Amino acid sequence: MSDRTIDRVASSTPAPVARKIRGLSDRAIAWIFVAPTIFLLLAINIFPLVWTIRLSFTNYKANRIGREVKEIGLRNYERILTDSDIWLNMQATAHFLFWTIFFQVLIGFTLAWMINKKFKGNDLWTTIIVLPMMLSPAVVGNFWKFLYQPQIGLFNYIVGFFTGKDPSSFEMLGQVNLAPWAIVIVDTWMWTPFVMLICLAGLRSIPDYIYEAAEIDRASKLRQFFTITIPMVLPFLMLAVLFRGIENFKMFDLVVQLTGGGPGSVTELTSINLKREAFEKWRTGYASAYAIILFVTVFGLASIYVKALNKVKER
Amino acid sequence: MTYFKLATASALALAAAGVSSTAQAEDLTLCWAAWDPANALVELSKDFEAQSGHTMNFEFVPWPNFADRMLNELNSGGKLCDLLIGDSQWIGGGAENGHYVKLNDFFDAEGISMDDFAPATVYAYSTWPKGTPNYYALPAMGDANGWFYRKDWFDRDDIKAAYKEATGSDLREPQSQKEMLQIAQFFQGREIDGKTVYGAAIFTERGSEGITMGVTSALYPWGFKYENTPGSYDMEGAVNSAEAVEALEFYKEFYKTATPPGYTNSYMGESLDAFKSGQVAMAMNWFAFFPGLYADPNTGGDKIDFFVNPPQNQAGSTLGGQGISVVAYSDKQDAALEYIKWFSDPGVQAKWWELGGYSAHNSVLEDPGFVESQPFAGDFLDAMAGVQDFWQEPAYAELLLAMQKRVHDYVVADQGTAQEALDKLIEDWTEVFEDEGKL
Repeated sequence: MSDRTIDRVASSTPAPVARKIRGLSDRAIAWIFVAPTIFLLLAINIFPLVWTIRLSFTNYKANRIGREVKEIGLRNYERILTDSDIWLNMQATAHFLFWTIFFQVLIGFTLAWMINKKFKGNDLWTTIIVLPMMLSPAVVGNFWKFLYQPQIGLFNYIVGFFTGKDPSSFEMLGQVNLAPWAIVIVDTWMWTPFVMLICLAGLRSIPDYIYEAAEIDRASKLRQFFTITIPMVLPFLMLAVLFRGIENFKMFDLVVQLTGGGPGSVTELTSINLKREAFEKWRTGYASAYAIILFVTVFGLASIYVKALNKVKER
Repeated sequence: MTYFKLATASALALAAAGVSSTAQAEDLTLCWAAWDPANALVELSKDFEAQSGHTMNFEFVPWPNFADRMLNELNSGGKLCDLLIGDSQWIGGGAENGHYVKLNDFFDAEGISMDDFAPATVYAYSTWPKGTPNYYALPAMGDANGWFYRKDWFDRDDIKAAYKEATGSDLREPQSQKEMLQIAQFFQGREIDGKTVYGAAIFTERGSEGITMGVTSALYPWGFKYENTPGSYDMEGAVNSAEAVEALEFYKEFYKTATPPGYTNSYMGESLDAFKSGQVAMAMNWFAFFPGLYADPNTGGDKIDFFVNPPQNQAGSTLGGQGISVVAYSDKQDAALEYIKWFSDPGVQAKWWELGGYSAHNSVLEDPGFVESQPFAGDFLDAMAGVQDFWQEPAYAELLLAMQKRVHDYVVADQGTAQEALDKLIEDWTEVFEDEGKL
């Protein structure tokens, strides 16, 4: 008996089905197995993407079924790219992205480095630190809204206690200069544990013998840190930055809960603005163009970043 | 003859089957916002259930999500709601997009006359195009933005004396917008019974419609107009008139100098909380909440009184309220229409007012005992005589969100001037009307 895949599949298949597939090539059978996945991928990812691209060149509005849909060329793209308000949203998003990633990497790595040391209660502290990331963003948003309340909020009270300022004299969520930092603080509180866990995995993957060899070579602790620890954790750190970057570029729920995009529009991130255009104003064609611009931006930046990540890994 | 009898019996049986199918008890779902009057409507609707045999179900959505949830439902042709008490601004979209059933034939057949309802409510809640006799809703809940205040504080001799000393005027219900600001500023940060209190709770919410409803309560008394000529969409000089600029600056001054700290994103709920917790001397909110406020054991009764939005250059209040429509996608339109017929009955309307709903029926409003029936009833009539509504165009959501952004940017986020905010608003609205093919 032949040991071709087709024969093996046929022998363990009910007779009527086996008769049908016996004549098929390995390639055909492979296609049969892969086809459902490809179909789902096309239906769920590729088709909507192509359809969105098509809609982005029209004035289509999903809530106006009978309205004539006109092809308007690149007008939606032109409007978006020349709209100063959208550039302000982009700036707000960039501010949020940069500072959340900066603080999360800094604090996350520091925490991981500390937790990696053997000490009593290590596991308990790890559990306590990761608690915030297990909460729902909606709950965290509401919870911090109370903490930031100028009259009764604990955050304002603590700041007032240490600085001597009247707690009700500043509004973390209501002042233009403070609100962008208020959302950075909450996201950092919530997602630093995630970065810490990835860094911890990186730190624990460094074999002890490398440090032992460095000790023999009389390398100082600082030297070991910069020449062993940092380079070996760097791929993990970069992966954490990639995950957080993509997540925070899409940030919606937490910020909506905290500020609703305000005061004014200073915390209106692109995802919030896009949702308003697509599902509140129902400017579907315009919102499609907006989504495509964001997609190209994220995809482009992520591709460059992944290439850099691979180079770091190869070193 | 036997055949004839058989045929007659069959015809009668068929007719009976037909009758029983039209009179079949249905499960109707009525959709509205989740607030005090909705509870009153549940109570009221029990009479309809007993009378008709239909069962009423209710889908009440909190205000901040009400428009999103219900407009998505309508846009997707959903069958969740058989009856919808939709916001007044939805009427244009409801009519033009075919979401609402046109009620003219039904009204004619059932003898329901729109002349029986207050003209302002028929205009605002029922007609599209505006003011034409094309009806898509029955006025269900009259409403406007009004004010309430701590009467017990206003009546205290020490506070009256302090106010007289500070301003040279007597402390009383404000007779103008500027007097209201003066009173609010007097109370701001004042110590009363050992507690720091503030001037007033106003609307500043960014996400849905809050700050627009608040700002228009200042704009309308200053004489704000959306267009120079109604129906022409010529907004230059109307939307950004000198009066409009002054009114917007006034609202910002009110926000900056006479509201509690942290009041940057506040709407109905926050206004009620601020008042009930004894934080503010005055608060703006919809008349719909006034029965509940009056009944509040801590700050209601003798401690509270109400006033209509004060005039400045003219009288003017922001319109709230809704009409009740039959959803075009419902499979139970006959039963839904039965509900509307029942609801339009003067007796039902009188009970609606008794339970805490705001009837727009003339038989209720013109009743000699109406003004004395509740402490806010007279103010309600005054308010409804001077109401103005936001755009009711099919593209109202785009128009509303543009205004939310421009006025919040100016009032709360301190960006630009009032003139710039209104100029930009005209640009936004012009773009919307151009997209709509109306300019």
